[in-house]
Amino acid sequence: MLKINFAQQMKKGASEIKRLSDLAIGHEATLIDFKNEESKNQLMEMGCIPGIRIKREYDAPFGDPICVAVSGYFLMIRKAEAEMIIVEE
Amino acid sequence: MLKVGLAGNPNSGKSSLFNKLTGLNQKTGNYPGITVDKKIGFYKSHAEIIDLPGTYSIYARSEDERVVINELISEGAKNFDLVLVVVDATNLRRQLLLFSQIRDLGIPVALVVNMADILEKSGWILNLDILSKELQTEVFLLSSRTGKGIRELKNYLKSFSADNYPFQAEDAFVEEKPELEGFLKELKTEFPFEYPFLAWQDVSQDHIFQQLDSSKQSKLKELLEKHKINVASYLTAGIIYRFEKIDRVVDACLDRKTELKQVNLTKAFDKVATHKVFGFVLFIAILLIVFQAVFSWASYPMDFIDENMGLLASWISQSLPEGFFNSIISQGLLPGLTGVIIFVPQIALLFLFISILEETGYMSRVVFITDRLLRPFGLNGKSVVPLLSGAACAIPAVMAARTIENPRERLLTILVTPFMTCSARLPIYTILIALVVPSGFFYGISFQALALFGMYVLGTTTALGSSFILNLIMKNKTQGSLLMEMPLYKLPSFRNSFFTMYEKSKTFVLEAGKIILSIALILWVLASFGPNEKFDNAEQIVKQDYPSLSNEAEINSKVEAYKLEHSYIGYLGKGIEPAIRPLGYDWKIGIALITSFAAREVFVGTMGTIYGLGSNSSEPSTIKQRMQNDTDSEGNKIFTLPVALSLLIFYALALQCMSTIAIVKRELKSWKYPLYQLVFMSGLAYLSALLVYQVMTF
Repeated sequence: MLKINFAQQMKKGASEIKRLSDLAIGHEATLIDFKNEESKNQLMEMGCIPGIRIKREYDAPFGDPICVAVSGYFLMIRKAEAEMIIVEE
Repeated sequence: MLKVGLAGNPNSGKSSLFNKLTGLNQKTGNYPGITVDKKIGFYKSHAEIIDLPGTYSIYARSEDERVVINELISEGAKNFDLVLVVVDATNLRRQLLLFSQIRDLGIPVALVVNMADILEKSGWILNLDILSKELQTEVFLLSSRTGKGIRELKNYLKSFSADNYPFQAEDAFVEEKPELEGFLKELKTEFPFEYPFLAWQDVSQDHIFQQLDSSKQSKLKELLEKHKINVASYLTAGIIYRFEKIDRVVDACLDRKTELKQVNLTKAFDKVATHKVFGFVLFIAILLIVFQAVFSWASYPMDFIDENMGLLASWISQSLPEGFFNSIISQGLLPGLTGVIIFVPQIALLFLFISILEETGYMSRVVFITDRLLRPFGLNGKSVVPLLSGAACAIPAVMAARTIENPRERLLTILVTPFMTCSARLPIYTILIALVVPSGFFYGISFQALALFGMYVLGTTTALGSSFILNLIMKNKTQGSLLMEMPLYKLPSFRNSFFTMYEKSKTFVLEAGKIILSIALILWVLASFGPNEKFDNAEQIVKQDYPSLSNEAEINSKVEAYKLEHSYIGYLGKGIEPAIRPLGYDWKIGIALITSFAAREVFVGTMGTIYGLGSNSSEPSTIKQRMQNDTDSEGNKIFTLPVALSLLIFYALALQCMSTIAIVKRELKSWKYPLYQLVFMSGLAYLSALLVYQVMTF
């Protein structure tokens, strides 16, 4: 279900909508939405409110977890989690 | 006395402020029914200060966080006269969420903006008047590191009175959501409340809801249904609403001129610390330095304790009149006490280093680089701290697992931590390695050091291996998320590290001390009495058996050895001999196995007692030499390479620690897991030792 949605969005040419995990290192984007209801509130309580700018700073060895800069601090987040976060570049 | 709660995000410098306010005037208590330590301190006679666990929000996800909300709302949110919410000035936005939540519970609060020194150095300007007016609260700007600004806060505490608290809680959020208003209005007629946000906790936090009586529970459910309240969506909306307001406030009061200097430093250092290769090289290098320091530095105080406790014991045994009290103190109590405090230097040093690594912010990078590696074992990056602490002592290590939110990963971490090579295993390793490993060098590294290192590798591999297997067995495979702040690097505060070291060492002494001391006393009883007249008439029997002996000392030592053999513990040792024979052990080792069942460090002490008692004073020799020369009835050496190896393996794998069992029971609130642990570890130890001995003697 989720994957189809992504595919459609990609095709429509809304190429800037992507998952946080697909954001290139050093790139910044705007946080749009969370697909994982379970961790959504926890992320928001840590300052990740939709509309905020989020930047992929660097990855851990083996590419997982990743480190993002958000709300003026560095946050470590697992790749699986980052796949559930939608951003607009 | 004023009762003050100290709340704040992790890394807000809250504990550092707590230490500054209270000095060493602290104690550790318990929250009712749970195991989280309650840190209480006193600011002179003015205030009792309770350091609450760090949290990002009052909505709890871990055991630690549940403490925060439970303490805040207990006694109808009147538990504290005042709550100080500590926030980091360099990260005001995120940290103000907790402040706004606590304030709306209707609790008198004051805002403490910490890290004023960093703010100043970076040229950031914070307008305190605007902040105070916008948030409707008293604001203090201070630096818990330098101490600047703390006096104002202290004065405030001195003169504070809850009756004159001028500010009002608000809950504008309710006004924006009319359905919620209807719900709360009806709720108020049923269960009167002062602050809507406080009443809201009953319905929004499951663990609080579960504590209510069933009539209130069903009434609440009914009301929620009637007003079609979707609690989860309100929680989300509530966070967004609060941040909208916080964003306005922060924009109005904070002038962020340049990026913080620390940010660039942090990024630069992280290039190395999180690098594919150099990150691990750095981590291993730091570990090696820490362990090297722990062993070389701790050896001085340990030798000192060993020597002086020995002197004290012999002084007491000589100066007190002979008899029951003399014997129980010099042979029961003091050796037991020594067994506890001998470990304090190593444990204290290791915790000092771990706390410095945490203070600097480096530990979260270790979590970052090891998370992926630990995941196949069912663990997560946060398991690193308990596992590393396990190299000092499993007791505080098991407690350190509390920060792991995912219950499965926490359980696994707790279950395998006792495999880590704790400092109690070291004396056993040291003496056994010295017995059988030659003292040569291999490329400048001594064989014995290599053997010891091998034991550490064995412990770590077994911990990870068992975690891997347990992970396969466990049904629930959900992998939790790992959301963790990577704080900016900063210089450690040695004051804070010292406090942490002190706290953890105290926990060890109290927790392990109780058990080790009681075991020592039981041992003394078992070794001082025998079931039959052979024990009581030892002297006569020995004199009959060895009529040629005339030397008083020789007779005495033979008598002592004979007594031990025919004491309760001697019979116990002989009783289990058939079971341990296949591992290569005789009844003397059997005694040591029994005595060290509750605390493995007792092994060396027991060996000392057995061989010390049986010693022949005309040939003064060390315990090691006596063990080396010990022979069985056919004249074969007891401590051969296979026996020593089999013992090493046994002690590496067996649980042999009553305090660990007790603490695991306390942490997991069930006897099931510590018993599994005991059976699994003892079984594994027995089978592995059996395998090693049988293969080597084949």
